Amino acid sequence: MQYTLTILVLPLLTFLFLGFFSKVLPHKLSGIIGTASLAVVAVLSYIAAVQYFFGGVGASMAGGDVNEYQAIIAINFEWLKFTPQLHIDLGILLDPISVMMLVVISTVSLMVHIYSMGYMRGEKGFQRYFAILSLFTFSMLGLVVATNIFQMYIFWELVGVSSYLLIGFYYTKPSAVAASKKAFIVTRFADLGFLTGILILSYFTKTFDFAALTANNGALVINSMAGMSFMGISIASWAMALIFTGGAGKSAMFPLHIWLPDAMEGPTPVSALIHAATMVVAGVYLVARLFPVYFFATPDVLTLIAYVGVFTALFAAVIAVTQTDIKRVLAFSTISQIAYMMVALGVSGYEGHNGLGYMASMFHLFTHAFFKALLFLGAGSVIHAVHSNEMKNMGNLRKYMPITHITFLIACLAIAGIPPFSGFFSKDEILAAAFAHDKVIFITLWIVAGLTAFYMFRLYYRIFWGEETVHEHVPHESPKIMTYPLLFLALLSVITGLIPFGKLVSADRLELHTHIEWGVAAASVLAALLGIFIARHLYRKRSGKPERIAASLGSFYRAAVRKFYLDEVWYFVTRKVIFRHASTPIAKFDKKYIDGTMNAIGNTTVAASEAVKGLQSGRVQWYAWVFIVGVFVILLCWVL
Amino acid sequence: MNLGSFLIMRQEVGLLLVFLIMLVLDIFAPEKSKIRNTFQPLVCILFFIHTSLGFLFPSQGEAFGGMYVTSTLTTWMKHILDLGVLFMFLQSGSWLNSNEAMARRKGEFYVISLATLLGMYIMVSAGNLMLLYIGIETASLPVAVLAAYNKYQHKSAEAGAKYVMLSAFSSGIMLFGLSFLYAAAGTLYYGDINLSAAGSTTVGVGSVDLFTIAGLVMFLSGLGFKISLVPFHLWTADVYEGAPTSITAFLSVASKAAACFALIFALYNAFGSLFIVWKPLLWALIVITITLGNIFALRQKEIKRFFAFSSISQAGYIMLGILSGTQQGMTAVVYYMLVYLFANMAAFGVISVIENKTGRTDFGAYNGLGKTNPVLALVMMFAVFSLAGIPPFGGFFSKFFIFAAAAQQSEYLLVFIALLNTVVSLYYYLLIVRAMYIRPAETAEITKIADAGTAGMVRIKADSYTNISLFVCTGAVILVGIASFIFRNIDGLTFGIR
Repeated sequence: MQYTLTILVLPLLTFLFLGFFSKVLPHKLSGIIGTASLAVVAVLSYIAAVQYFFGGVGASMAGGDVNEYQAIIAINFEWLKFTPQLHIDLGILLDPISVMMLVVISTVSLMVHIYSMGYMRGEKGFQRYFAILSLFTFSMLGLVVATNIFQMYIFWELVGVSSYLLIGFYYTKPSAVAASKKAFIVTRFADLGFLTGILILSYFTKTFDFAALTANNGALVINSMAGMSFMGISIASWAMALIFTGGAGKSAMFPLHIWLPDAMEGPTPVSALIHAATMVVAGVYLVARLFPVYFFATPDVLTLIAYVGVFTALFAAVIAVTQTDIKRVLAFSTISQIAYMMVALGVSGYEGHNGLGYMASMFHLFTHAFFKALLFLGAGSVIHAVHSNEMKNMGNLRKYMPITHITFLIACLAIAGIPPFSGFFSKDEILAAAFAHDKVIFITLWIVAGLTAFYMFRLYYRIFWGEETVHEHVPHESPKIMTYPLLFLALLSVITGLIPFGKLVSADRLELHTHIEWGVAAASVLAALLGIFIARHLYRKRSGKPERIAASLGSFYRAAVRKFYLDEVWYFVTRKVIFRHASTPIAKFDKKYIDGTMNAIGNTTVAASEAVKGLQSGRVQWYAWVFIVGVFVILLCWVL
Repeated sequence: MNLGSFLIMRQEVGLLLVFLIMLVLDIFAPEKSKIRNTFQPLVCILFFIHTSLGFLFPSQGEAFGGMYVTSTLTTWMKHILDLGVLFMFLQSGSWLNSNEAMARRKGEFYVISLATLLGMYIMVSAGNLMLLYIGIETASLPVAVLAAYNKYQHKSAEAGAKYVMLSAFSSGIMLFGLSFLYAAAGTLYYGDINLSAAGSTTVGVGSVDLFTIAGLVMFLSGLGFKISLVPFHLWTADVYEGAPTSITAFLSVASKAAACFALIFALYNAFGSLFIVWKPLLWALIVITITLGNIFALRQKEIKRFFAFSSISQAGYIMLGILSGTQQGMTAVVYYMLVYLFANMAAFGVISVIENKTGRTDFGAYNGLGKTNPVLALVMMFAVFSLAGIPPFGGFFSKFFIFAAAAQQSEYLLVFIALLNTVVSLYYYLLIVRAMYIRPAETAEITKIADAGTAGMVRIKADSYTNISLFVCTGAVILVGIASFIFRNIDGLTFGIR
């Protein structure tokens, strides 16, 4: 499986090529180069997946005829070696979840590349856009195949950088610049926790290697940190919770979610790729990657993850109901859905059918990637047509944009969890896992499922139904280069739910036989239908009802529109508390004393330099004299 | 006498072959013949073949009763020296053709350089202090000739004279020291000295006899002269400044590296049992070398003098690795030398390109270079960043490994002093970057030169050989740090540390 290296190298080379020659390449050519290289990557990923899952590369028989998937190290390259145990490697790890992620990333990225050739046509910096898109794809692929946590961290930061660059793509727009900075700083802040966690973990376990960390049910972590605690919580829990902080930052969990809605300032295809399908699920992937450690060594942190997830899911769904910018609705829906995946991991067990949550989480990650990318690309198509993000500028667009309409509807049905669309299957597994674990979590998720259906169809009806608004020019369907990716993703949104996912991906890597929990399924479909019905009632035709309901909710509604003032809270904490009461005095101290000391040291050094210049007189006899005196002084030191 | 011994010496034999070819060509090629124009490509190709063959077929073994020792490691070291010489040959073309009288003598230049290199080979492979001494002399005398190569230029002649005098002086002291050592141990073979000294050190430092200590100190001062350790360094600035730029590059890289490599073998194979004697000595030398080198570099306005002092402090860092005395430390030294070679050759390549066109070697010539010659400025900046140890350039990794090796031997104070010094060095290295990118170009200068009808500072085109060397060096500066297998390869070579 060494050829999988090509999957990584090709986007990197494309990035370098497009980056270096961005000035001289014509627009169209750079788009074609980027897309062609991604097409190769996608094909290679599919071949790798087929070989791994069905070609017998990954499977081995574990007693009887049950498949057990092996983790294969396709390539490993020791990069920096500190001690025989502690070394940083760069490698490629193939196991069910990384192979699955390869497929997801390359597929969505390819679709986004194709779509962007139409969407971004004529934009200034078209070549730069494709260059960074390649950089992102490279980093994301590197992240998922990382063999050790440090490699993951390196690529983790690289996706952060490329996300920063793409959010700030329209760098002449102040709001885009602010959003890109916000995204970078918030995720970077979370990554501080991640790094600290990595350092604690590796300090005790003396390894970065995922295989070593997760082997024997996380025995290494348990044994190396046994009996040690800090502030009443075990060291292992601290480490794993800090690592989760990094994941929470990237995956926009409460209260670190504030960057994701603003990140919608980037071009819409970027939102589809990075802020819906791939990068934002990195946190889920991280937890899944270290799942045995979480489950066996630090079950308390896993519980924390579940509750953070549940709260975020509900919180984001409520906000999504009130937003009017269509991309922001989708952003909050993304937060809510990722939280769903987190919950599923949090409630999961490890062996056999107890590991349903793990499998469901990965399954939802898989299906969500396609239908959420489709939703974003559909939204992009709409924005392309009406040149606005606001719902009030849309309405009755189904007349003008039939393909966008149909594909968007499919995606809405999928995310709402209506059978037989893909979201139904994955969501059903998550709900079933939650039901088996904790009834409160289950009920909350059930409510969120209803809310999801409601706000998605609110979006759908506001865009495609209702009264027409006056447009400067008549909206029209997007060009074929944009609608083909929509159609392909729509197809995936329909069929991916039918994949027997449990056979391929599970917590203990053994085959997991799943079946639809009819009771849970009926309840969730009922909630979804209820949500859709209410949305249809309120928004299909323009009526005053939504406004009246909003008015009756009063301050709660206003709070939800303002995203529960979380931005303001953060603003207060950073600006008013930290900046004013900590940073300003420190800055003064720094200017006065630290700088003063430094200047003094600098001046002393220069003065010393001035003082010794006589030594270098240029006279040979003096040089020889110094030489011989030097020898004698050293000798005298020994004699005395 | 066994002719097979010469097969073990195949590195030397190969070099001698290149040397002889060039010598014969230089003597017999007619004055005005076209062959003389092909000297540069010819010597580069021959030398390149010699170097690659050496890397591919390293030799191992002893010859002449242990006088001559070779291993994969020494082969590597020799070819690191080769690289330095190869880059010098690549960069020296336009200087050698700069005037008629010089062009006529260029064959000499190659022949003398190769002769020096042969001496360095012997230094690295010596298994006996006498052979080491012969190697040092073989390497030194031609260097004096090279330093005075521009013999009608006052400064060059002065550099040659100073070098030959001080070098003779230091050799004298070193030879004196060797006689002491012989008196104490009764032998000059590395292994035997080690054995005879081993008895006394087990009792304690006090019981080591004065002859041995005096011999050791004098011996160290001789090699310290070559490496330019303070206080044996005073020749460095004057000679570096006066010598032709290509020779300065050679002195700062190959000459220093050869002495360092020889020092490693001598210290560990011959004086390994005197570790407790030379460790504090080296400790003190390192501190004053790094610090004084840096302090002098701060004020320099002449770029070759500047690099002279920078190379002095770099030598201190290299000693840090030797001091740690572990396999990791030795690997770090060889690796450091390799990275330093690429960075310094890149910097000197740029210096000589600019000197050849403008005749200037002061900092002022670099003002605004980032605007007028962005590529040259970029090469210079990468080289300087590597020397200062800024990631991700090779210099960061090499410093990191050196410090890590010393820290593992609990030399925290020393590492701390060295770290402080890297801060100072960062300041003066950045002075160059500031001149290139922040200072405006000296416009008056440009117009004056342009009026004179020569190619001014506006856009300098280097010859293709120099470009190749700059390209390779810059690429290596960027890649050697990241490509960790190089470090691991060096690490895998067996070290003769006892």
